[in-house]
Amino acid sequence: MSKRTDSNGYTIIFSIVLVIVVGALLAFFANFTKADRVKNDQVKAQIDILNAIGVDADRSNATEMFAKYIKVQKVIEGEKVSDDDKAYLIDVKKELDNAKKGLTQRLPLFIAEKDGKSLFILPVRGNGLWDAIWGYIALNDDLKSINGVYFDHKGETPGLGANITEKFFTDDFKGENIYDASGNFKGIEISKSNGDPNNADKADSQVDAISGATITGNGVGAMINSGIRAYLPYFSTLNK
Amino acid sequence: MAENKTQSEPLFSKKNMGLLKDPLTDSNPVTVQVLGICSALAITAELKASLIMGLSVIFVLGAGNVVISLMRNIIPSAIRIIAQLVVVAALVILVDLTLKAYVPDLAKKLSVFVGLIITNCIIMGRFEAFALANGPWKSFLDGVGNAAGYAGILIVVGFFRELLGSGKLFGFSVFGDPVEKTGLYALGYENNGFMLLAPMALITLGLIIGFQRSRNKSLIETN
Repeated sequence: MSKRTDSNGYTIIFSIVLVIVVGALLAFFANFTKADRVKNDQVKAQIDILNAIGVDADRSNATEMFAKYIKVQKVIEGEKVSDDDKAYLIDVKKELDNAKKGLTQRLPLFIAEKDGKSLFILPVRGNGLWDAIWGYIALNDDLKSINGVYFDHKGETPGLGANITEKFFTDDFKGENIYDASGNFKGIEISKSNGDPNNADKADSQVDAISGATITGNGVGAMINSGIRAYLPYFSTLNK
Repeated sequence: MAENKTQSEPLFSKKNMGLLKDPLTDSNPVTVQVLGICSALAITAELKASLIMGLSVIFVLGAGNVVISLMRNIIPSAIRIIAQLVVVAALVILVDLTLKAYVPDLAKKLSVFVGLIITNCIIMGRFEAFALANGPWKSFLDGVGNAAGYAGILIVVGFFRELLGSGKLFGFSVFGDPVEKTGLYALGYENNGFMLLAPMALITLGLIIGFQRSRNKSLIETN
């Protein structure tokens, strides 16, 4: 290294130039790929929504399948309910933040037709052990039991909490009641002690927990309950 | 390659090719220098992920070595490591954005590990040990060679883990259908799910290291 490059002035100027060049390059490239990345996220949302009602779609046919199964998309804003075929693009995280700030939360609701039945799909979002968890819950048309669920997570422990995405866990939710016998909303409890490992009892609103994933499991339960609860005022107007 | 005009050495001289080839075998960064193990264990459950990760590292280390080599005379020695980090971080972000835009599902699977290429010891090691002291062409060969040595091991580990763990290669079933019990599964063969977990990657890697040292005794350390 020559002497010239050791001076403080040179070092500072070098850092500034390096950061500006690299920053400009990355900003340009991020912009360049933005359209593709946004589209990928949108298609992923469609795939995830279909996944909750047990329809397997991939990136090549997602838009087509979405149009085939999802008949109505609604946005619920307090008392106001409107149809919006872009409801699947609503950022659930942002809406939850808005709700915390006291603003009206925009709640998307997707109504699917599958095997001659209407299914109501709603997004949920919460916290696992390490980071965010989210998913979609599909309710049967009586709005009292679950038809199917889809979960995803940002950084749960592989092999433990990350297993909430696996079929053996999500299948247990099918048919589970979210109301107790006297008709009060109960939600779903991820239970370690229900003595029902095969999940034969659908009326108990309990799903068998994953060993070693207690906190993620509790997060899933809390996420489902608060998620569905936000829709209850709207559901009560449907008189189901 | 302006740098080479001053050298009488041909582009593909034996010495230059040695820079490319040695890291594939006798100075392999993973099996001999035991660097970059974390990602080698984490993302090798599938061959496709191994391959993409390998290609990403080849790009980052090849390009990074060239950039660092071109800048080697203007980087102030006081902030040398920081400058290297900025270069490698920029390249990794380019790779990450590209994967997210064009192979999103795979990008999700590789998740944090693409970002963690930044901290892969092989990369900083080559910048520090080679690119700061050599011309861009040699640095390029050295970078590609070392990254390819890393990628090769990833692919071998990925091959065995996917084949024995899920009975597939690149996602295609090779032994028949485990649910329908066709092909090999009809004879009672079962996939070894343990292969999909990280400990088996370590054991597979250990077997590769052992095999290599049994073939080349000069690699065996004597205490």
